[in-house]
Amino acid sequence: MREQVQTIKEQDTLVIGGVEFSSRLWVGTGKYRSYEEMARALEASGTDVVTVAVRRVDFKARENLLQYIDPKRYKILPNTAGCYTVEEALRYARLGREAGLSNLIKLEVIGDEKTLFPDVCGLLKATEILAKEGFIVMPYTNDDPVVAKRLVDAGAACVMPLGAPIGSGLGIRNPYNIKIILESVNVPVVVDAGVGTASDATVAMELGCDAVLINTGIAQARDPVAMAEAMKHAVLAGRMAYKAGRIPKKLYATASSPLEGMLL
Amino acid sequence: MRLRINGQLMEASALTVAELLRELGIEPRAVAVEVNLSIVPKKDYQVFRLKEGDTVEIVSFVGGG
Repeated sequence: MREQVQTIKEQDTLVIGGVEFSSRLWVGTGKYRSYEEMARALEASGTDVVTVAVRRVDFKARENLLQYIDPKRYKILPNTAGCYTVEEALRYARLGREAGLSNLIKLEVIGDEKTLFPDVCGLLKATEILAKEGFIVMPYTNDDPVVAKRLVDAGAACVMPLGAPIGSGLGIRNPYNIKIILESVNVPVVVDAGVGTASDATVAMELGCDAVLINTGIAQARDPVAMAEAMKHAVLAGRMAYKAGRIPKKLYATASSPLEGMLL
Repeated sequence: MRLRINGQLMEASALTVAELLRELGIEPRAVAVEVNLSIVPKKDYQVFRLKEGDTVEIVSFVGGG
């Protein structure tokens, strides 16, 4: 029994709504310079889950996203990006489920065009409805611990607080709130949005977050493939440091070398 | 018959959703189809009959975060 527990711990698999995720780095598929570059970045990131948007089919397009994403290798997580009302978000979520034949949904109900901050009132309502319809709801939310709790009450399978505005690269602006969210909810916490570079991802994971979702930070880097690999290491380092247990912070020094045996 | 497909008025000879997808050259695997705001389940593509003036939305996945 003990051995079994040990093995599970070592594998460190993340489970959300009964779905297993082997990677704690989740990657978005938007804003790459080409599909080919995106595919190489996904490969370098080591991820097993990618987010996608639901949009009208372009009848004239010669190639499409799914030609570059192997569904056997990557779980496809549709989002409701661009939706400003509950009704719109529900419509996109249901279309995404029909297209992908999976109950996973990254739920966004946006409240403001400039900041892309979530409309948490709409988000709560949409979470409740979709959870009742059998969706595994993963809401993109504020770094507000009370809202996070309400989302869990409404049926969210995890919560996805923003580190900073989408695409801003400002990092984890309020690590203390993220920490409080981690202590407030009994579902996985995935930092979504704001991660600009490797250290941001590490900070999120060191706090104890279960995963990090990155799109712009990788896609718009000068070298997205190299950044994807950097993010892979950053997430692993942060996770390992969290599990290893950091030392407490102290104001004054404590010597690492003994005083005993010093020459008089 | 005339249909409004993804916002555009188009003339189609297809009678069912399955025929329409074929006519447009779209692989049905990773799309979702909505007719007059109701989703047509994949299993019904062969039997779901379109009628003059229907509003059809055909969506799929694109890059997103």
